[in-house]
Amino acid sequence: MSQRIYLSRRQVVRGLLATTAFGVTAKLGTGCTPTPETQATTAGSGDNPLVIGFIYVGPKDDYGYNQAHAEGAAGIAQLPGVRVVDEANVPETTAVEESMRNMIEEDGVTVLFPTSFGYYDPHILKIAQEYPEVQFFHCGGLYQEGVHPDNVGSYFGYIDEAQYIAGVVAGHTSQTGRLGFVAAKPIPQVLRNINSFTLGARSVDPEMTTQVIFTGDWALPVREAEATNSMADQGIDVVTCHVDSPKVVMETAQKRGIFCSGYHANQAELAPQGYLTGAEWDWTQVYTNYVEMIRAGKTLQNGGIPHLVRGGLQDGFLKLSPYGNAVSADAKQSADAAKAEFMDGDMIVYRGEMKDNTGKVVIPAGKNFQQQDQELEKMNWLVTGVVGNVSS
Amino acid sequence: MDQALGWWGVPLAIAAGTLRGSAPFLFVSLGECLTEKSGKINLGLEGTLLIGAMSAYAIAYLTGSPWLGVITAGVAGMMLGVIHGWLSQQPRVNDVAVGIAMIIFGSGIAFFLGKPFIQPSAPPLPALQFGAWSNLPQVQSALQISPLFLLGVAIAPLMQWFFRSTRWGLYIRAVGDSPDAAKAMGISIFKVRMLCIVAGSFLAGIGGAYLSLYYPGSWNERISGGQGLMAVALVIFARWRPMQCLYASLLFGGAQAIGPALQSVGIDSYYYLFNASPYILTLLIMILTCSPKRTLNGAPGALGQ
Repeated sequence: MSQRIYLSRRQVVRGLLATTAFGVTAKLGTGCTPTPETQATTAGSGDNPLVIGFIYVGPKDDYGYNQAHAEGAAGIAQLPGVRVVDEANVPETTAVEESMRNMIEEDGVTVLFPTSFGYYDPHILKIAQEYPEVQFFHCGGLYQEGVHPDNVGSYFGYIDEAQYIAGVVAGHTSQTGRLGFVAAKPIPQVLRNINSFTLGARSVDPEMTTQVIFTGDWALPVREAEATNSMADQGIDVVTCHVDSPKVVMETAQKRGIFCSGYHANQAELAPQGYLTGAEWDWTQVYTNYVEMIRAGKTLQNGGIPHLVRGGLQDGFLKLSPYGNAVSADAKQSADAAKAEFMDGDMIVYRGEMKDNTGKVVIPAGKNFQQQDQELEKMNWLVTGVVGNVSS
Repeated sequence: MDQALGWWGVPLAIAAGTLRGSAPFLFVSLGECLTEKSGKINLGLEGTLLIGAMSAYAIAYLTGSPWLGVITAGVAGMMLGVIHGWLSQQPRVNDVAVGIAMIIFGSGIAFFLGKPFIQPSAPPLPALQFGAWSNLPQVQSALQISPLFLLGVAIAPLMQWFFRSTRWGLYIRAVGDSPDAAKAMGISIFKVRMLCIVAGSFLAGIGGAYLSLYYPGSWNERISGGQGLMAVALVIFARWRPMQCLYASLLFGGAQAIGPALQSVGIDSYYYLFNASPYILTLLIMILTCSPKRTLNGAPGALGQ
């Protein structure tokens, strides 16, 4: 076979056809992977519109993290003199560096919001050094003073405040006294949500427990559905979650006829009967604040914009989904009361003495942690009342 | 939902997980079994699974009929099958390489066309209730079985019989074991392989429809979670026998429920290990049954040539 170099005309034709067919499929294959798709959403009205770029790791309508950011981007696209370009489904690889470069070079973007956690190190840090005049704002609170470039800023919200209130509603609604939490990984932000949700429920009834199931990754639809089903089998009647897209958990809860509490965005239409409320991001507010600061001539580089911006309900970073039909008047009343305390800044969720679920004292008596406290961002324990274990 | 089941929940959850979660494995592995019996490997079934899931969800949403979605998924799978069947049979084309290209192609198309369908909710496939005899809601819920799953369970013995006792089955085995002998019998190798690959892709497409229309019952880009590739490996595990594909699929489907079920009763350590249990089991079985002296039992003689 191998020593024959002679090719008949038929073989040549066939080969050409095969190559073309393969070329067509390969071209379609790459042409159709949804990476390089930037689109201008709104044109600005001023002479010199402020061009802002948004990059998401997943689709913009996933009922989750990315949808929350996309809604924020759509919110500021309404403002006069602002033009938003965005790109979805950009993986946390060098692909995001290309996206950022394209946006800066081709679209004239001067302010970038690469939203996914994993974009930061090394991708944003690298591009920020290449373009020192462009401002980068990253969602996740990873900025370190003096270590990272001056034109990088970081923002994050204390969404556990909204989870606390969702816990209050869940505590009022649950009849079995057992709540469920489908979580991706035992990292501090997730643990803090679980703890706050539980503490909210236990502020209503100190006997409440929260069963945690870790699925092991951010998007595992089958395992998320299994986890929700197992919880329903065990008599748990309210579930919430911290995964990338809560859609599957909400739909499974609806099928099993149990209550659910949303996360990231509003999932009420997925579970019309059982949806109680949900902890949602309100990025529109946050992004509008940034736009206003930039319009006023403030930048990260001249120190006008703080490098670290964090906030909770009080600062408009969060909102709650409207209460569902199953929420009683009592539940609404105590949830609204808790919300009012957060709005006044009086609420302290983590106050001593607090024990974890193995009985160890994690916050000594007399010590209170404010939401801003760095100590809370290193959380590696589950509070009393949570059934689960942080070690894998 | 008054009483908790406690420890009884674990076997129940695994049984329920088996009934709910094994159908995609079953359809893809039966499809791959048919394909490999004819002597070709189709790794692209992961892409076929995704395109089936996407097209089923899209058509069910647009027309309101989930069954129409299932048919569309099969047809969409067949189209990918035709491409693979034709490409992989060209001279000096490696079917494994084409299969990998087809994974990328199929998933790329599915992600591209599926973007507008991530958010809307399509009507799900109806379920048959077998649990009415029990007064436990958990058992009632566990015994909700999709007719698609029953169809898959019925196809397995049918396929076994087809291979063993029919003329067409003999043709396929002949083409897979010894193409030269088949040629001497006057069988067109190209046609037989093409039909096997297309029919196998049809089944894989149906498996995708099950994912998006029944369980977990929604379309997103991570819906398959590598189930298509695992099912291809299952065929080797099942020694190219359809009935064993059925058992292997049930095992893997049930294993998906082990981690969550154990955590829900408070066994909360080592869940990564429990989640990995089916793979560990597969490795063990492969190690125990392999031999350096012969090829795998039951492997078609001309597989991949």
